[in-house]
Amino acid sequence: MTNSSTAEPLLEVRDLQVEFRTKAGTAQAVNGLNVTLHAGETLAILGESGSGKSVTAQAIMGILDMPPGHIAGGEIRYRGEDLLQMPDERRRRLRGMNISMIFQDALSSLNPVLPVGWQIGEMFRVHRGVKRREARQKAVEMMERVGIPAAEKRAGDFPHQFSGGMRQRIMIAMAIALDPDVLIADEPTTALDVTVQAQVMRLLKQLQEEFNMGLILITHDLGVVADVADKIAVMYAGRVMEASDVYSIYSSAAHPYTRGLLASIPRVDGADERLDAIPGLPPALTDMPPGCPFSPRCAFATDRCRTERPELREIAAGHTAACHYAEDFITAEEDQHEPA
Amino acid sequence: MSLPETTSAAAGRGEDPFADAEVVLDVQNLVKHFPLTQGIVFQRRVGAVQAVDDVSFQLRRGETLGIVGESGCGKSTLAKLLMRLEDPDAGAVSFRGEDFLAAKGEHLRRLRRKIQIIFQDPYTSLNPRMSVGDIIAEPFSLHPEEKPAQGVRNRVKELLALVGLNPDHINRYPHQFSGGQRQRIGIARGLALNPDVIICDEPVSALDVSVQAQVMNLLDDLQQQLGLSYIFIAHDLSVVRHIADRVGVMYLGRLAELGTEEEIYREPSHPYTQALLSAVPVPDPTLRGQREQIVLAGDPPNPADPPSGCRFRTRCWKATDICTTQEPQLVSRPGVSQLSACHHAAPDWEVEGAPDDARRNDDSA
Repeated sequence: MTNSSTAEPLLEVRDLQVEFRTKAGTAQAVNGLNVTLHAGETLAILGESGSGKSVTAQAIMGILDMPPGHIAGGEIRYRGEDLLQMPDERRRRLRGMNISMIFQDALSSLNPVLPVGWQIGEMFRVHRGVKRREARQKAVEMMERVGIPAAEKRAGDFPHQFSGGMRQRIMIAMAIALDPDVLIADEPTTALDVTVQAQVMRLLKQLQEEFNMGLILITHDLGVVADVADKIAVMYAGRVMEASDVYSIYSSAAHPYTRGLLASIPRVDGADERLDAIPGLPPALTDMPPGCPFSPRCAFATDRCRTERPELREIAAGHTAACHYAEDFITAEEDQHEPA
Repeated sequence: MSLPETTSAAAGRGEDPFADAEVVLDVQNLVKHFPLTQGIVFQRRVGAVQAVDDVSFQLRRGETLGIVGESGCGKSTLAKLLMRLEDPDAGAVSFRGEDFLAAKGEHLRRLRRKIQIIFQDPYTSLNPRMSVGDIIAEPFSLHPEEKPAQGVRNRVKELLALVGLNPDHINRYPHQFSGGQRQRIGIARGLALNPDVIICDEPVSALDVSVQAQVMNLLDDLQQQLGLSYIFIAHDLSVVRHIADRVGVMYLGRLAELGTEEEIYREPSHPYTQALLSAVPVPDPTLRGQREQIVLAGDPPNPADPPSGCRFRTRCWKATDICTTQEPQLVSRPGVSQLSACHHAAPDWEVEGAPDDARRNDDSA
């Protein structure tokens, strides 16, 4: 029935505003976020702690803690339908069936006192009304699909009996059990060792291709983004600072924050130069500077930056940045490169 | 069976700028096994987790030795052994020629001043009820003979300034600082007694990337200014490459490979190091699908029951019969400039006969 054309986005977030009411005042965790996701596409939302990336994921998934959280405005359209306006019952049905999520910490996301096979089977029992025996069979199938050896035998095991990488696979099995269109992965490999991280990212990519899912990858790791993402949105203090296809960000970042991030990470294939650290700290969300939120840490900030908040605007085809001087950074770079 | 090759391990026969510097820490054949017991009243010993097994290395003045490995490889236990927070089962550690493990009482206290540690989590390693001034001054009350001449408070202010914090914040409490600032407080405390060696156990893992760079630069500067030697323990290979002069790679309690940073990262000879390096994502999308990537199947084996012979052989694509029967020692091997604990050590990334899972694309060279 919902055989939509590929041009129609799966998910469209428009001007999303999320606030947290705290004793210290209202914290603007997400402030005017716009992103679009198509089927088969991987969108990376990159940011440091407190940038609002996980809150964005929770708002899309509908699992935001409310209160203290509060969606102050905007819309989240899934296949054209606003998730924020629909009745709770309908939204609950979409969650898990159509939009699904995996979390960073698999050990605390799984129920420690239930066998994993039962927990995966629950997806089928609750959403599809499948009987126990069949649900178990399907759970074993899912475990095989995500590469858990001896799945039949291990379906009766408890989460603590699995290694970190295997637990993350179980979470993935659960998340994709009902063939969702959209999968949100919140730091899926941050708690894992690098060799296991490679396994899990490869699995996610394979499954995405197989099911033609839209994948939203929430991460702080510029390396992982470079490996798997198609598009990227860089968040800082609740706002998108820069968004584009993944290649443009790495080759011609326009926002000083993005440029600073790229300069501050050591590379495994790189030389021993001194890192260009970004000085200072992100602003408190309850006490945002009036102008550009990055201006207190920005080496290029002018009076205009400190007073007038730059809007996210298009600076090249498919490349947006929220900086008054974005074009200058790009042209300066071209000047540097051309003579060579 | 003695291991003469290992004992003479100066490592890094290449261009090692610290080859002639004084050895501050000499670690020989260090072993730590944690017993596994069963039973409630009568505890029977049913085995042992071989957390650190036969680890040897030397640390020279002014250099940084990076120790990398995945969780459970024993790198944090190694840190505790070097601090004597745990007592090793066997082996020797000497600090500037003095036997650190045999030291007792006053002698031990004196040596302990010279080896300090910085922990991973700046949120739990600082007492929330003590002011920053008290935290940094605490080493002076434990070691009263080191009380600074200019007065403790002045020295604490000096230390705060040294790590880039405002000396006027001496009366603040840990919760008033961000993660990166707290890590600076931990570093200031570590520096209070003018140590020679600082053991950094995952010092930047809990920090955001932009702040991580600040702390790494600070550690660099302090080393230059004060001539410190670091043992830098981390799981992040990029961070270790950036900061270390020499690198040891650990797997299941043993050193798999030990050499200069250049040797380990340019010409890794142990299959585990090769797999580890190839798995690190590089922040450059144009290299996507171009880098050779070896994805290891499975998880590391149980350290309580490591495989016979080479501990990596169960996941290794080069493994042959000799790997099952003979445990490879960390020695220099033909064609390899660093020390390598692999029977088939070779600096090229031979993935022939690799499992199907190990894809390779040769374009990087």
